[in-house]
Amino acid sequence: MALTQEHIQLRLSEKFGELVSNFHSPYDMLSFEAVKDQNLKVLQFLYDEADLNFQFLTDITAVNYPDQPGRELAVVYHLHNLKDNVRIRLTVYTDILSPDIFTASKLFSSANWMERETYDFFGINFVGHDNLKRILNVDEMDYFPLRKEYPLEDQTRIDKDDQMFGRG
Amino acid sequence: MTEHHQHHIKLPEGSIEKQTTTLNVGPTHPATHGVFQNIMELDGEQIISTEQTVGYIHRAFEKLAERRPLYQITTLTDRLNYCSSPINNMGWHLTCEKLLGVQTPKRVDYLRIIIMELSRISDHLICNSIMGVDTGAYTGFMYIMQYRELIYEIYEEICGSRLTTNIGRIGGFERNFTNTAFTKLEKFLKEYPAALRELENLFTRNRIFMERTIGTGPISAERALNYGFTGPNLRAAGVDYDVRVHSPYSSYEDFDFTVPVGKTGDSYDRFLVRNEEMWQSLSILNQAYKKVQEFKGAEAEVFHADVPEYYLPKKEDVYTKMEALIWHFKIVMGEVDMPKGEVYYSVEGGNGELGFYLISDGGRTPFRLHFRRPSFIYYQAYPEMVTGGMLSDAIVVMSSLNLIAGELDA
Repeated sequence: MALTQEHIQLRLSEKFGELVSNFHSPYDMLSFEAVKDQNLKVLQFLYDEADLNFQFLTDITAVNYPDQPGRELAVVYHLHNLKDNVRIRLTVYTDILSPDIFTASKLFSSANWMERETYDFFGINFVGHDNLKRILNVDEMDYFPLRKEYPLEDQTRIDKDDQMFGRG
Repeated sequence: MTEHHQHHIKLPEGSIEKQTTTLNVGPTHPATHGVFQNIMELDGEQIISTEQTVGYIHRAFEKLAERRPLYQITTLTDRLNYCSSPINNMGWHLTCEKLLGVQTPKRVDYLRIIIMELSRISDHLICNSIMGVDTGAYTGFMYIMQYRELIYEIYEEICGSRLTTNIGRIGGFERNFTNTAFTKLEKFLKEYPAALRELENLFTRNRIFMERTIGTGPISAERALNYGFTGPNLRAAGVDYDVRVHSPYSSYEDFDFTVPVGKTGDSYDRFLVRNEEMWQSLSILNQAYKKVQEFKGAEAEVFHADVPEYYLPKKEDVYTKMEALIWHFKIVMGEVDMPKGEVYYSVEGGNGELGFYLISDGGRTPFRLHFRRPSFIYYQAYPEMVTGGMLSDAIVVMSSLNLIAGELDA
């Protein structure tokens, strides 16, 4: 039997109850949210259970939502069950003042650099990571450039109108 | 006759074994084929440990993309894996089309497949012939390069540029393929098999090449999966994961091809898998060209979908029709609001699963765009693959992984 989104949702809700929420499937990919300190447990559960079998980590990245107080940063995991060919997306929100999230690098070797990249650009502190240092930016950099508070262009420029780009 | 005394350097007992050398390979070294550095700790010629440094050509594409309308991001994707830019371009268009809900006509899909398979060949032929160069056989590389030239001429005929192609548009292509493009494709399809056969003959059963590559940098299927390998490098380890088969895009489901796999995941298997993939690509190209020729009459003129919000209208219409002029202006200025949404879409790039994670907040530019770059992900496994081996093998392993600095650093 093919693995259905309903089944995944059911299994997760049974195991984690209120700790996982907001199940929806934008563009046919099951997406859900987990409480901040449960990310590793959810990943481990998805990895270990024979019927879920999400053992391939496609991607880790982060998103900055400056307009959501207490949930400014989102760490997004894309997981793939290669046998049944099902992808899911796990999002974990954290506040920007203490962006501490458990590392997945012990579970997936591939998470090592992806987490370093996420740290490098968003300042997510992956707790338990062996070598959490900058990877693409220079070591001396003292800010996290992909956060929305750092605009791409010098905001003192008056010859460019932000409204042209949809957000003023 | 004078007596010669040989003076030996007196070293403490056992110190020779302990003595190790630190060697910087890169950031600009002929053998790295790109800008990245390896700090290696060597005991004689044996690698004890190595640490990679990447990011020398980081260009902040993800940040840049947050201030660009969709069509301007295509040029950023060119510069990821620049050995197969058209695949990146198509992957990006497909991601946009998924977000916008655009259905492309079959002919567009087939034309895209022609372009994508051509670039897969150009990507693999560089990787394989460079492996030859790194093992001491320059000849194969010199011969095969002229066939990449043939591929680049086809790109040129379609989009006007060669390396950073910016080929295609959201919904299709900027113009229909000319007859010259098809003639050039025919020439390539006719001439390339013989050349590829020759390249194969130079390497596959070549004693020196086999000794240099068999058993170097092996990785097991489990480790490769755990490291997030995709593409030829994963298939060389024996896992038949191919995005073209698992989640077909651009009508790949209409084509017959096999997914070659290796066993041991060593450099030799990676070479063989890439080699076989070129044959498969040739077969797909032949099928696609045949399918394209089957379109007759008005159908043979279709080269884009009907997406007025994103596809530039014809130039003569812009001069004569109000509607077209408005759309032209809105598209060029990036004034079209995108639907809200969150999309992950991936294509089988030259090096594996090239993914685009696009979040739109309903603005005119992406709220966030993340590229899943296969080489960035699998390059982490490099120390595990080369530690304990010889320095000269590490160089071969690096070229067999087909690391592209542009893709590593984004």
